[in-house]
Amino acid sequence: MLRMASSFPEEVLEHVFSFIYDDKDRNAISMVCKSWYEIERWCRRRIFVGNCYAVSPPMVIRRFPEVRSVELKGKPHFADFNLVPEGWGGYVYPWIAAMATAYPWLEEIRLKRMVVTDEALELIAKSFKNFKVLVLSSCEGFSTDGLAAIAANCRNLKELDLRESEVDDLSGHWLSHFPDSYTSLVSLNISCLGSEVSFSALERLVGRCPNLRTLRLNRAVPLDRLANILCRAPQLVELGTGTYSAELQPDVFSSLAGAFSGCKELRSLSGFWDAVPGYLPAIYPICPSLTSLNLSYATIRSTDLTKLVSQCQSLQRLWVLDYIEDIGLEALAAFCKDLRELRVFPSEPFAQEPNVSLTEQGLVSVSEGCPKLHSVLYFCRQMTNDALATIARNRPNMTRFRLCIIEPRAPDYITLQPLDDGFGAIVEHCKDLQRLSMAGLLTDRVFEHIGNHAKKLEMLSVAFAGDSDLGLHHVLSGCENLRKLEIRDCPFGDKALLVNAAKLETMRSLWMSSCSVSFGACKLLGQKIPRLNVEVMDERGPPGSRPESCPVEKLYIYRTVAGPRFDMPGFVWTMDEDSALRLS
Amino acid sequence: MSIPKEHDYIGLSENSPMERISDKLSSSSSSSSTLSTEENSNINKNSLNLKETELRLGLPGSQSPERKPLPGVSLFGKDIDTNTNGYSLSPLKNLVSGAKRGFSDAIDGSSGKWVFSVNNGSDAGLNKGAVLFSPRGDNGNTQKSSVCGPAKKEVVGVITQSPKPVQEKNSQVSGANENNNAPASKAQVVGWPPIRSFRKNTMASNLTKNNEEAEGKSGFGCLYVKVSMDGAPYLRKVDLKTYTNYVELSSALEKMFSCFTIGQCGSHGFPGRDGLSETCLKDLLHGSEYVLTYEDKDGDWMLVGDVPWEMFTDSCRRLRIMKGSEAIGLAPRAMEKCKNRN
Repeated sequence: MLRMASSFPEEVLEHVFSFIYDDKDRNAISMVCKSWYEIERWCRRRIFVGNCYAVSPPMVIRRFPEVRSVELKGKPHFADFNLVPEGWGGYVYPWIAAMATAYPWLEEIRLKRMVVTDEALELIAKSFKNFKVLVLSSCEGFSTDGLAAIAANCRNLKELDLRESEVDDLSGHWLSHFPDSYTSLVSLNISCLGSEVSFSALERLVGRCPNLRTLRLNRAVPLDRLANILCRAPQLVELGTGTYSAELQPDVFSSLAGAFSGCKELRSLSGFWDAVPGYLPAIYPICPSLTSLNLSYATIRSTDLTKLVSQCQSLQRLWVLDYIEDIGLEALAAFCKDLRELRVFPSEPFAQEPNVSLTEQGLVSVSEGCPKLHSVLYFCRQMTNDALATIARNRPNMTRFRLCIIEPRAPDYITLQPLDDGFGAIVEHCKDLQRLSMAGLLTDRVFEHIGNHAKKLEMLSVAFAGDSDLGLHHVLSGCENLRKLEIRDCPFGDKALLVNAAKLETMRSLWMSSCSVSFGACKLLGQKIPRLNVEVMDERGPPGSRPESCPVEKLYIYRTVAGPRFDMPGFVWTMDEDSALRLS
Repeated sequence: MSIPKEHDYIGLSENSPMERISDKLSSSSSSSSTLSTEENSNINKNSLNLKETELRLGLPGSQSPERKPLPGVSLFGKDIDTNTNGYSLSPLKNLVSGAKRGFSDAIDGSSGKWVFSVNNGSDAGLNKGAVLFSPRGDNGNTQKSSVCGPAKKEVVGVITQSPKPVQEKNSQVSGANENNNAPASKAQVVGWPPIRSFRKNTMASNLTKNNEEAEGKSGFGCLYVKVSMDGAPYLRKVDLKTYTNYVELSSALEKMFSCFTIGQCGSHGFPGRDGLSETCLKDLLHGSEYVLTYEDKDGDWMLVGDVPWEMFTDSCRRLRIMKGSEAIGLAPRAMEKCKNRN
């Protein structure tokens, strides 16, 4: 053994390791032996922390001293739907502060659902001389002042992507802070910003960056400026338009159409806010080569949508509103044989009656016609077990299936039965299913199916479902690869959790809100399992002021090696050994 | 619900977990339903007290219609009698022993449940948007009727323990509407359907652009704005569309931020039962008057309550609960500005 180890000099091993990028593979390498652990940790360049509270910055820095790229995720997924109150946490500043001294050569920071302040952005701007990539996905807490600091100081910046972040939009001036000497922009996504940036500054920026391949504009960029921008960047691969509405004028149309035709590399389109059908033909010339189309903010109707998608034979990803209707989805199934991902969003989710003719049939058609379809997000108002079973049989290659029926607990609208068997068919046929969100009327039986069949399932989202703790027990005991479980408004209580407590340490996190988990059970979990943080969120006041049997409002349990956190707001309590003493 | 032999549940039990689960289930449902009736009756007992002594925000010149006028200091000072133009908001009653009594009662009197809103009358509007109902079904029983009785609507996020069966169709939602004054729009469950705020806000502004009338709001009915309170460590967010008038908004904000103001009275957490100390009281009377203001589309800070409710929701971008001492100059200027506009 010793001879083997010494026969490969470190440099050779390091060189071999440099071809391994995947985190799981890297983790596996580091477990082979101590010397491989040491070599690997010195040459790991990229780390991914799926829950920023699972580990602390000093721990990461101690183990991996030469990191160039960091990805962090903060708040639980249900924060997207306002279920996590403001102030919960997910602050990135402590990480930036620690990395500012430890990783002076850091190049990339990718954050999701974290609170990013202007101070953090300013610290990034001045600490990392070779900073290249900043992606802020669904983040909040910063303003355009912070962006100005990034623009002004990061000379080697290649990527600035603010996708769906909530930015305090003080003005559009920040864009003008990119110096005239700055030419390295490759990707810019400002689609979430409300205010107008200076169009001339934008045009000059686009014009002087020859490597620009992704440009997602915000709604404030008017349609008549789009042609100019496109003409300066004919090499663009991905474009997000601004508002796609203007009075129909032949000269505006023809210059737009000409500009689009000039972009031979364009493969992905998005934006289309306020789209008017009259200007859609401007993109027809490039439709055949499009692989990704995001029309989910375009309020155009099914006739125009159908006409459009019928020309996109290379389409792999489509995001669209339910205006497409069943008829448009049938066209999609007929013409877009390379489709892999479909997302259909509701145009009027709070309306009492359906406003469009989009039913389960549309999804069935696509599942029949598109053999490569494996990722679905579908909002609709009715579903049947038969349709689900058909989809399952058609698409055993499904890996992500998220269905949302607008009305909670809606049964099979024909048989009035629960949708247990339909989802049962999904998990039975789709053996590689990694992610599942369920909808409609569901009893404990569906969880039994999931526990029995969904062996590759990693993330499950459940709402208004189940009858008893048995349901939760089936999932926790049966789904071997489960990493993230999020539950709301289900009658799950203490028993399933306590019986399966050990399982929780094998998962990234568990969220339960408006369920029936008692304070006593939370305390118990927190005390007994030291490497779990059991966080109780309750806006009614300290859980200790109510009986132990009283259910908690929200519960977030995650595994961690960093111990309880100390940045919690007043309505979050960690259940651990100390807190048990304090609160009793 | 009791959990005997708790330690056995942590993966060490030798019995089949399933058996123990089903055994425990039947015993727990019966015990939990008795608990809920106790809690509910306690809530009703306390409801009157809390109503009288609730902390509220208000504009100068407005009187809460439900309250009897109490002797004591009005925290808005002298302006109270002069302004009669504004839409009515409940005045900020003195934080003195009244409010405190309410809190101690809430904690000690009932089984410990500290409820947000207790009265059914003026909070009908709150129910519209603030409901998180979570009916629980008995095993396999999926037939019967609505869970949303009035007593259960009142608290956001509190689980009612009585095992009412799950409802199949829509009437659970229309049940919630029965007590509302609001028209056709549904009682919205928080975070449902699961659509991101960015999308909701974008689509909402699409619809208001397309429809001249307020009718456009039936599509994407939500308008989250940030609410800050001077001195509070963190901000909150409220959905303006869940309220139909200023009264509802102010009572919701009072509840949301009451923990901060009460916290200032005592040393840690909850104040003692004896009453506020003298120094505390002085602070409240002289420095801590609160005024509700908002930032409008132009970026100006305005006093809440001057304009019709719909106009307010159209133009409000964020809310701020300002300390009265800072707001002294605000009211006259804001009034002037309104006059200039009109």
